[in-house]
Amino acid sequence: MLRYEAVTKRFGPVLALDAITLECASGRTTALLGPSGCGKSTLLRLAVGLVRPDAGLIKVDGGTVGAASLEGLRRRIGYVIQEGGLFPHLDVHGNVTLLARHLGWDRARIGARYGELLELVKLPALVSRRLPDELSGGQRQRVSLMRALMLDPELLLLDEPLGALDPMIRHELQHDLKELFARLRRTVVLVTHDIAEAGVLGDELVLLRAGRIEQQGSLEELLDRPTSAFAREFVASQRGARELLDAPLRALPRTGG
Amino acid sequence: MRPFARSRARGAEVLPRRAGALMFVAGLAVVLAALGTACAYRAAAATSPVVVGSKAFTESVILGEIVTRTLEREGIPAVHRRALGGSRVLFDALRAGEVDVYPEYTGTLDEELLGSPPAQAASDAARPGARSGAGARTGPARAAELHRLGLTIAARLGFEDRYVLGMLPGTARRLGIRRISDLARVPGLRFGFSNEFINRADGWPGLERAYGLHEQNVQGLDHELAYRALEQGDIEVTDLYSTDPEIVRDRLTVLEDDRGFFPDYSAILLVRTDAPTQVHQALARLAGRIDTRTMARMNERVLIGHLSESQVAAQFVEQLFGGPLQQPSPRTWPHELGEYTVEQLALTCASLAAAILIGLPLGIVAARRPALARLVLGAAGVVQTIPSLALLVFMIPLLGIGFAPAAFALFLYSLLPIIRGTSAGLLDIPRPLAESAAALGLSDWARLRLVELPLAARSILAGIKTAAVINIGTATLGALIGAGGYGQPILTGIRLNDVSLILEGAVPAALLALAVQALFDGIERLLLNPSTFSRSKR
Repeated sequence: MLRYEAVTKRFGPVLALDAITLECASGRTTALLGPSGCGKSTLLRLAVGLVRPDAGLIKVDGGTVGAASLEGLRRRIGYVIQEGGLFPHLDVHGNVTLLARHLGWDRARIGARYGELLELVKLPALVSRRLPDELSGGQRQRVSLMRALMLDPELLLLDEPLGALDPMIRHELQHDLKELFARLRRTVVLVTHDIAEAGVLGDELVLLRAGRIEQQGSLEELLDRPTSAFAREFVASQRGARELLDAPLRALPRTGG
Repeated sequence: MRPFARSRARGAEVLPRRAGALMFVAGLAVVLAALGTACAYRAAAATSPVVVGSKAFTESVILGEIVTRTLEREGIPAVHRRALGGSRVLFDALRAGEVDVYPEYTGTLDEELLGSPPAQAASDAARPGARSGAGARTGPARAAELHRLGLTIAARLGFEDRYVLGMLPGTARRLGIRRISDLARVPGLRFGFSNEFINRADGWPGLERAYGLHEQNVQGLDHELAYRALEQGDIEVTDLYSTDPEIVRDRLTVLEDDRGFFPDYSAILLVRTDAPTQVHQALARLAGRIDTRTMARMNERVLIGHLSESQVAAQFVEQLFGGPLQQPSPRTWPHELGEYTVEQLALTCASLAAAILIGLPLGIVAARRPALARLVLGAAGVVQTIPSLALLVFMIPLLGIGFAPAAFALFLYSLLPIIRGTSAGLLDIPRPLAESAAALGLSDWARLRLVELPLAARSILAGIKTAAVINIGTATLGALIGAGGYGQPILTGIRLNDVSLILEGAVPAALLALAVQALFDGIERLLLNPSTFSRSKR
């Protein structure tokens, strides 16, 4: 679904991505993991064409990013950032349905899809007329998800979607996201620096360091068989990840809801 | 099920509400433009008659009124664009056909307007004691030069308004001084001269040479203070104009210019050669009809007697030609105020609308292309630093006088705040928001319209508001080049030293500025309070 072929990207003197090749499998959730500045967010930004690679190709569903109109590509991708990126001058309904209305969807179709999404992200209809400022952090991220999902994209890119939330909310939203991914069966690429979150949400974990892939595999593999000193250190620094292996969240069936 | 039903009720409206802000601004511009055009049309409706101009001082305005009334008496429709500005403004306007006739002085024509005649200048300057005026020329030479410019002297009015020297009658008698040459006999006399007189070639420097007045004390003095200084014995001699009211009241003795130093400043009517014959004929009827004393008396009645120029002129024309006294149409206060307001609004609305229509796109372009932004903002900044009076005068050769040049100058002034507000507003949009809008898959235009402009709306509106307030303040200067508005009574008030007249223009101008400020504050609250902005339109 999403393929990076020897992608290199520099920001001035900084080598953000160093000839990375990576395949994010269809229908699965890939979690990009690593410390700040390892290049994980840049991978997502490349996929939606917000930045261009210096070398290499990015392919979405077989098509090369940048070869055709970015607008068309972007409409097939849902993209959510840490701060949510909701437009402050629009209420919840306005934010979520902006693109659909611009594309001329009829009223009934927009209403139906909006209703589905409210239910999917577990938001009450009464938030519809609230402005982003009047929402809690968790609600904002749920609305952000709704907006990303409005056109039912094949690919969902989430850049630290839970990064700005406090632990309680974060835990709850992790749970709901897990359930949501299971229901949607879409290709999801998730960026996080939290190995526990990557473990809960991801089918495949990719550990990045300074623009290179350090290790790739399941949570078990990463925890039990770290292939480098860095991987061992990264895992060790995040206590509690191991407990996840037996946690109830992990046991949630993929076809839930 | 509830959210479903609700969504349907909210549904897709025909017009995305995000376009609200944009539509509003565009609407505002269109309404302003319409208003401006309508007002301009009204203001310009009366331009087909003969246009009489006058300079911004009392004597010129009185003469303009006399000419207008004389033409009307002959059945020729005429309008008086009074107190337009200085000699250069009137002369250029006459050449451009914006004005058909105005009162001028031969000296000014020779010295300032026509430039030096080629051969004569050198020999003139070489002759000691000769007229210092480098531009002085013979009548036929002057007429020929004017003819080339399409202009003619229609009439010499019969008086001169030139520099003279004056003393208190008592002092003059005591010292036995009647002529300027007598002054050389009395060394140590104290002269108090206006600064302009001290500096002009046809003023003191030439006079000193011509009469050998090297032994005297000269000091600069404001013209208004000269009479008091004479009375207090601080000075013995001062400069004044030959038609100053003080002369008529016999409070000063004028010294005879026995060596003919001062250039000829005969009052004339300068008219376009292509004006209809009956206009030339009507103007010719004024030839030689106003002597120095008559003119000085009319000045006195306006400056000291507080009559209007129109009244004084009407009485003069009445006495000259007889017949029923044609009273100047009574211009009542609210009527005049209404007219000024219409003119002022026309200027402001038209120029502001144009500035919005041009400035907004320029601001958008400036936000997108930094290199272009420097160019655009730099250019607009340079325009902003041109003093408004200078900018207005620059416009005359391009657009003539009246509404168009004033509106164009105001348009230029309004441009910078709007461009800057727009580009700053767009550049200040936080990157996550800009990127979210891009990543959503909206087209460039849709992104601009639905997300970026609404987010920049506060800054854009602030720019428009600043432009509007500057605009109203500067628009009062439009009166200098005949665009009317609140500047008209202000300028007249300054000229006549009449505070109530100044206030008649200044107070409504200030109120209008406040009203505009309040209007925009209201718009801002309505439009930018996110709750009304986003939710009210269902």
